[in-house]
Amino acid sequence: MLELSNLHASAGGAKILKGIDLVVRAGEVHAVMGPNGSGKSTLANVLAGRPGVEITQGSVLFEGKDLTALSPEERARAGIFLAFQYPVEIPGVANSYFLKASLNAIRKARGLAELDAMDFLALVREKAKRVEMDEKFLQRAVNEGFSGGEKKRNEILQMAILEPKLAVLDETDSGLDIDALRVVANGVNALRSPERALLVITHYQRLLDYIVPDFVHVLSGGRIVRSGGKELALELEQKGYGWLGAAAPR
Amino acid sequence: MSESQNATLEKLAEREYQYGFVTDIESESVPPGLDEGIVRLISSKKNEPEWLLAWRLKALERFLQLAADGTEPTWAMVDYPKIDYQKIIYYSAPKQRKQLSSLDEVDPELLRTYEKLGISLAEQKRLTGVAVDAVFDSVSVATTFRAELEKQGILFCSFSEAVQQHPELVRKYLGSVVPYSDNFFATLNSAVFTDGSFAYVPKGVRCPMELSTYFRINAVGTGQFERTLIIADEGASVSYLEGCTAPKRDENQLHAAVVELVALDDATIKYSTVQNWYPGDKHGVGGIYNFVTKRGACRGKRSKISWTQVETGSAITWKYPSCILQGDDSIGEFYSVAMTTNYQQADTGTKMIHIGRNTSSTIVSKGISAGHGRQAYRGLVHVSPRAVGARNHSRCDSLLLGSTSSAHTFPYLEIENATAQVEHEATTSKIGEDQLFYCRQRGLSEEDAVSLIVNGFCKEVFRELPMEFAVEAQNLLSLSLENTVG
Repeated sequence: MLELSNLHASAGGAKILKGIDLVVRAGEVHAVMGPNGSGKSTLANVLAGRPGVEITQGSVLFEGKDLTALSPEERARAGIFLAFQYPVEIPGVANSYFLKASLNAIRKARGLAELDAMDFLALVREKAKRVEMDEKFLQRAVNEGFSGGEKKRNEILQMAILEPKLAVLDETDSGLDIDALRVVANGVNALRSPERALLVITHYQRLLDYIVPDFVHVLSGGRIVRSGGKELALELEQKGYGWLGAAAPR
Repeated sequence: MSESQNATLEKLAEREYQYGFVTDIESESVPPGLDEGIVRLISSKKNEPEWLLAWRLKALERFLQLAADGTEPTWAMVDYPKIDYQKIIYYSAPKQRKQLSSLDEVDPELLRTYEKLGISLAEQKRLTGVAVDAVFDSVSVATTFRAELEKQGILFCSFSEAVQQHPELVRKYLGSVVPYSDNFFATLNSAVFTDGSFAYVPKGVRCPMELSTYFRINAVGTGQFERTLIIADEGASVSYLEGCTAPKRDENQLHAAVVELVALDDATIKYSTVQNWYPGDKHGVGGIYNFVTKRGACRGKRSKISWTQVETGSAITWKYPSCILQGDDSIGEFYSVAMTTNYQQADTGTKMIHIGRNTSSTIVSKGISAGHGRQAYRGLVHVSPRAVGARNHSRCDSLLLGSTSSAHTFPYLEIENATAQVEHEATTSKIGEDQLFYCRQRGLSEEDAVSLIVNGFCKEVFRELPMEFAVEAQNLLSLSLENTVG
């Protein structure tokens, strides 16, 4: 589904990613771990097409097509979802309105009929229940005045509604207490399916107790320095990033 | 803004003003210029009583004096070449053979004009629940739902008809809120005003439908000088909406209107404006100069006047809808969205004059500036010595799109009573790259994302608009944005 080859990228003039090779197939869950500054968020942003993050070398293929030729909205419509590390507030825009606009933009691009208000409401209520989100959040402005945990839950709600092919979770566990972590993880696990792939970016092993990955990659200094199964995460937890020789940022 | 964003913006800038057509209709105009003869001519065409002519002439005398003294106001933050008041045509009207007795007799070309503007005057297609007075150049061409309104004693007609049919009300209230000597443009209007709308809601009556006036400038070289007077008697309430458009022309046209509102004890007036005069082209050529004086007097106890305006049009806007809070416990409100794109300029705001005890006022101003747009919020909160317990809350937010637009805030606070509570908040922000990226990552196009963010920014004001018009206002804003997003 996703294929990165020798990917180099820079942001703000600094070289951040220095040759990433990664293949993610449908149905797989990959965890990308690494210390601060290792390039985790840049990797997420490259996939979503954030302006200002530049690919300097290498390629990114999504379902066999060159992803870099697509605008952020085209990528979203093609099925790439990024759960933001810092979800953005949009004052005055009701959460439900935003979700409906988003869902319909994506459905339209896929040649599906837009959902009317009634059908949408039914859908969003069902999904909100799943992430244990009170319906009152649907009427509030997007992320405005939400706590850290509420923002992350809102990301998962959006993901549940948009049903992406590839979901990239950028440190979705940061700032969550244990209950919120469980809820978020349940939301993510509910989306696991043979047609869908997940890329879970995290600093800590803790999230992987709940979202069990098929593969774990350790990112350091802009490169993947180690790949393995879920046990690699546990090993890291015990030994710390310093255990890997190449771990220190260069 | 990234390059792709700029490209989107440039593409969008090609979008044009969609109400810019000209109606080909025979009209009757007076020659350009301003003197006693013209004023007498306007007055006699309208068959006005002597007192009204006398009032006009006093205003004319004052205006000519002001013009001779060179006292046209220059304090507003707007630039325009000096206007030659002798070159303006002060009266233009579609030619009609005789007095109309029903809509069927209105020139079909005129009806089609309003159809094109989305305002149906035809009986069978009228907007339900909205009575419309249509003002075309200098005269009112049609007023709908009059008979139904009259059953409840509500008077809604053109200003000219009011002068003929209800002279006592006009005489009592005309100039009582905005005197003929009030300011340069109001003085000009008092001398040469041609038509406008008049509404009177009697004691204890809640007007069952929205009253609306639709202003259209059509003829070349004319100014539009209308006068609106709305009176809500004790315990009455009324919601009124005005809309305006004009053809695209390379010349600038002057629109100097006066609106006076009077609310007696326990009366409520809600006045909403969706102003979409031709703004000029993307190089700043042409467009309407909208120099308007709007003021409401909360004369009665517990009376309330609420102004809501969505200003997207005009080359230059100079407008400060105000409330004079005379009655104890009276309430004034001002909700405004002003948008300037291309080379539009706006200096707009409000005045809240607290005179009665326990009066309160709310100001919410949202300015959006794009392209080379320039705007200023200018607002006065005055609390007079006897206004015990006055309260005001002002909030002015500016949103900038692109790097060539600007926004300024000039709040004036004059507090002469120590018990007053006055709060002023102001923010200026740019549409964040983060917000745009977030929306786009959720599948929205850049254009839709900007529109969504801007509409969210204006939400507090839009929710004050009557339902039907809130939608229109959002559409209008999106359309204007398409001109400029940047």
